[in-house]
Amino acid sequence: MSDAPSDAVNDSAADTIRIASGQGFWGDDLDAPVRQVEGGPIDYLMLDYLAEVTMSIMQKQRDRDPGAGYARDFIPLMERIFPACVERDIRVVTNAGGVNPEGCAAALVEAGKRAGVAGRARVGRVEGDDILDRLEDLIADGHALTNMETGDPLESVLDRVRSANVYIGAEPIVEALGQGAHVIVTGRSTDTALTYAPMMHAFGWTRDDHDRIATGVVAGHINECGAQSTGGNCLIDWWNAPDMANVGFPIVEASPDGTFVVTKHPGTGGRVTRQTIAEQILYEMGDPSEYITPDVVADFTTIDVEEIGENRVRISGITGGPRTDFLKVSIAYSDGWKATGTLTYAWPDAAQKARAAAKILRQRLDRLGLEFDAVRTELVGWDSTHGQLVGEPPADLPEVQLRVGVRGKDRAAVERFTREIAPLILTGPPSVTGFAGGRPRVQEIMAYWPALLRREVVEPHLSVHVEEV
Amino acid sequence: MSVDVPTGAANAHEANAAGTVPLQLVHLAHARSGDKGDTANVGLIAYDPDHFDLLREQVTAERVKAHFGEMVEGEVERFELPNLGALNFLLHGALDGGGTISLMNDAQGKVFSTALLRMEIDVPADVVETVADRGRVPEGWSVEDYG
Repeated sequence: MSDAPSDAVNDSAADTIRIASGQGFWGDDLDAPVRQVEGGPIDYLMLDYLAEVTMSIMQKQRDRDPGAGYARDFIPLMERIFPACVERDIRVVTNAGGVNPEGCAAALVEAGKRAGVAGRARVGRVEGDDILDRLEDLIADGHALTNMETGDPLESVLDRVRSANVYIGAEPIVEALGQGAHVIVTGRSTDTALTYAPMMHAFGWTRDDHDRIATGVVAGHINECGAQSTGGNCLIDWWNAPDMANVGFPIVEASPDGTFVVTKHPGTGGRVTRQTIAEQILYEMGDPSEYITPDVVADFTTIDVEEIGENRVRISGITGGPRTDFLKVSIAYSDGWKATGTLTYAWPDAAQKARAAAKILRQRLDRLGLEFDAVRTELVGWDSTHGQLVGEPPADLPEVQLRVGVRGKDRAAVERFTREIAPLILTGPPSVTGFAGGRPRVQEIMAYWPALLRREVVEPHLSVHVEEV
Repeated sequence: MSVDVPTGAANAHEANAAGTVPLQLVHLAHARSGDKGDTANVGLIAYDPDHFDLLREQVTAERVKAHFGEMVEGEVERFELPNLGALNFLLHGALDGGGTISLMNDAQGKVFSTALLRMEIDVPADVVETVADRGRVPEGWSVEDYG
């Protein structure tokens, strides 16, 4: 391959581009990206691996191993699909880099060599979203990184912060695409940008194309949760959803005018209808007239959703306003320990037995002098999802699972709690079973600290690197 | 006066003096929920766009707050998406701290959606007759039919 960017097909055609979603979170269907590449024509594959708590998990992994800290699944996946992506000019955009985009890109280059694309592919990476090492300086410079929910300054938990990443926008990805990268690995790029960055690149949109980028944000919101927009976890007529074992992940067919069609590959299961799209649009929605991203503030309320064919839904009418002066920061800090234990109680009077067990468990915890910030009792099979809305359990409930959780700052107390579950089998109410899973595990609580930071102290630190495989 | 209610509308009652019937939202709307920190969101979408005004009039932030009771410690906010026939609710303080702090089975608020669908609103008797019951698995359906 020559040194010229390999995006001639995408750029010169610029009619529509197909951006396929292949991963909605770290742990999603491993084969979905392969099906997206093999199942029909696509131009881009976006893979979203990050959620609020993912960064702190990755940071913990990197603390143990400096080469870790990214979505490891991504590397064997790329080894499988790299040749097909290069041959069909499918470009991959992903936030799999986590807290270590450099390590991820290095592993990706090696995977590319193993896959036989050496000399034919370029790997791009975006760095600079990670501000963990800059926090003290930023605070000293007057950036308090105040918690958006509590109003507290970050300084109050600074010694317990485990990860700190800025949600960055599409521009570095657009730059990497412009430099001919086939695969672009980022850290905490905002989820939606993985979908609208290819549109900005292919159609030449600039940051002032508010309405078009806002439409791209909606497309990104539809793509970012994988099959949740094509029939997965979809309530409406769920019993009629066809062939969910072979569910097709969404594909956005974007047009330069700022409209798009959502579809999926032929022959796949699931479905794309006005209602499956409506459900996904509302997922994790805040104020729909002000959906804030690093690149634009989108207004979802002006949306037009139209079924134009089988498994084809057209979206138009989205409007947007200029980006704000701030970027959102995702900070995770250690905030104590928790554990959850379960036991199963059987008919008759299953719920009454479970509650009696919870009562004596609490009495024992008190007698041991253990103090917790919270102790929570739920009955799985009765009230653990709809709470007091379901009323009192009937005496003939066939079975119920008692679920007791505790959290607190004292790890030893939480550890001791985990040893108080099993004794209930022989020392508490009868008809009890279900302890096969063993003693509950103590987990470190990673609390989330949402904050804002002025973009001008972030953007100069962003960098794009593109290298040959 | 007695009114035929949709199949499976087990919680529907007879029409009252005002000519309305209490009907669970599950017969009128579908929903999806998610989380942001300690806040759960519930998007409520009318099956029939003609029923959106009923939802808008009666499924107010105050009624939703009262419906959830102790399950929602903070305020309830409501936003309208008329083009989707939908309302979006933010339930603040619903997730026991949210994220990895929460001890809840449903720590990410995934099924607050169907919890809202338990709520009853007053539906005019003549409108109830037009409600196609779409909220529940049809009678006679078996998992053999799925997939």
